[in-house]
Amino acid sequence: MRVIFKTSYDRDIDLHEHGWERARMALLLGVMALLPFVLGEYYLAEAVNTLIWALAGMGLMIAVGHTGQVSLGHAAFLAVGAYAEAALMNAGLPFLVSFPLAGLIAGVFGGLIALPAARMSGIYLAIATLAVFVIVEELVILLEPITGGVGGQMAPSITILGIGFDRYGALANFYWLCLAVVALTTWGYANLLRSPTGRAFLAVRDSEVSARALGVNVTRTRALAFGLSAGVTGLAGALMGHYIGYFNYELFSIFISINLLLVVTIGGLGSIQGAFLGAILITGVPQLIAILRDNLKAGVGIDLSAVPGLDTLIFSLILIGFIIYEPTGLYGRWLKLRAWIELFPLARRDMFRRQKSYLKTERMR
Amino acid sequence: MELLQLAVGGLANGCIYGLVALGFVMIYKASEGVNFAQGDMMMLGAFVALGLGNGDHLGLPFVLAVPLAMAVMFCVGWGVERVVVRRIFGQPQFALVILTIAMGFVFRFVAGAVFGYTPLVMETPYGGQNLNLGGVVIGYADLIAIAVTIVLTVALWAFFAFTRIGLAAQAASQNQLAAYIVGVPVMRVNSLIWGLSGAVATVAGVLYASRGAIDPNIGLLGIKAFAAAVIGGLGSLPGALLGGLIVGLVEPIAGRYAPGEVAQMSPYILMLVVLLTRPSGLISQVQMKKV
Repeated sequence: MRVIFKTSYDRDIDLHEHGWERARMALLLGVMALLPFVLGEYYLAEAVNTLIWALAGMGLMIAVGHTGQVSLGHAAFLAVGAYAEAALMNAGLPFLVSFPLAGLIAGVFGGLIALPAARMSGIYLAIATLAVFVIVEELVILLEPITGGVGGQMAPSITILGIGFDRYGALANFYWLCLAVVALTTWGYANLLRSPTGRAFLAVRDSEVSARALGVNVTRTRALAFGLSAGVTGLAGALMGHYIGYFNYELFSIFISINLLLVVTIGGLGSIQGAFLGAILITGVPQLIAILRDNLKAGVGIDLSAVPGLDTLIFSLILIGFIIYEPTGLYGRWLKLRAWIELFPLARRDMFRRQKSYLKTERMR
Repeated sequence: MELLQLAVGGLANGCIYGLVALGFVMIYKASEGVNFAQGDMMMLGAFVALGLGNGDHLGLPFVLAVPLAMAVMFCVGWGVERVVVRRIFGQPQFALVILTIAMGFVFRFVAGAVFGYTPLVMETPYGGQNLNLGGVVIGYADLIAIAVTIVLTVALWAFFAFTRIGLAAQAASQNQLAAYIVGVPVMRVNSLIWGLSGAVATVAGVLYASRGAIDPNIGLLGIKAFAAAVIGGLGSLPGALLGGLIVGLVEPIAGRYAPGEVAQMSPYILMLVVLLTRPSGLISQVQMKKV
């Protein structure tokens, strides 16, 4: 176990606790950047998918994990981002302008929703976001000139400074683009969390009353967090649109919202790492199931493809298992494991025991 | 006349939304949690009744099949509380939200695996028969849906307002710890309420199935019923019925005079408006704490 001696405030709020951690991050980024030279086309495309899901997961994590606002309708912001991006690019804007604009549009949309919704708490906010999701889904069909209606919309291919970033033509380039966006967002997110704004998010999550007592403007903080969350999710939506190529409203179904919620819950609420772990799980498990299915068919002769909806069942069971047995998610489990290793053999079983808690009504204010 | 015809159909629809919303409200009243699997419980209840009653399955008579299905679903609801929900006792509300959403997917998978995904029709003694009242055609199924809903709402309201268990459930929802201290068996009460909501969901399912075909995806109706519960005010039984009726009436009328997408959106727009203007619903249950 390493003892860190902090001599200044700057040292205390540093992004990385010690140099080794910084080196590890650089190493990870380096390995990720070298992936296109190692992986084949198929797995590289999956890696892009994972990156996009991680970006969307980070978006939702700002709201759910760090501000305590549960959203059941984040697929709506994915849709807003994707359609805004496609529409702006079709209008002739270059990618470097349209991409941030798409995120901004989704973010402003989210903030506008959050301003009245932020006054609601807990379950009511979740319901309101669900309603917003359904409304956006129908609006997409209604606004046919912009969105292509039921038929769908085509995301034009990206060109920056004459270099092609098309998902099919130049997958490696597209991968590096996504990696850059994800890395920058992660860096910004981590920095946000050590700024006064980020601290205010955490304060609002943990206790609204004490946050207010400490001078945090709760409504504004919540709206800001939700807007940021929607903006980042919108960026992910824009990339998802380019990744899929041709999409219509069915891409952004209620199941995407649930999957996003799955990413943050299984990954570990309240940690950036959790969004990545969750994204890896949610994009990896279907692949594993597919491989397993083929092996079972070839080896034992059991045909699982005859059972529809098996993926959803497995996801649901994983989710139920995590909520019951490990509410802190994969990242929480890793933290426990690391503490156990670092303290070996002094770790005690009761160290992470959950406190008993009882529910109190929200109907009495 | 056309408007009247639409209204009758809407009322019957609204009653079914109201019944599913009743299930939400019961669980909310008892444990301040929201069961997002209520729509899927309705679907499962309808399929159990269909499996027991239809000629090509078990073929029991209708009057026997429905109470039996209610009993089965009571056990399902009770069992779900005992096995799964109890384990997250005291955790934040959204844990239950995510848990029940996942459970809904499991229910849907089970129903799909047993009954398949092609729409099935339930055989009822009153199916397809109509009453003609001077130009307005009313199906017996609609009439029965309206009557059963009113009876059930009154009965449940009386249960929560007057019986010992109903009062104990309300106490448990307001403060679990305090309820424990004054001797309410909080866990047992919760199990019972989950069972009851399963039985109510079955009634809703049977009423829904007698008005049209069912498939494992009708559980998504739960979201609409949820909008109804919020419009009426979560935690109020008459409110749930009122919300259901409003949604049921607005939907076909909006569909008649505006494009179909607007009709799809209308329950949710209504819900947002209610949430913004009266956040606690039309029949409010939120009270300021007196110090």
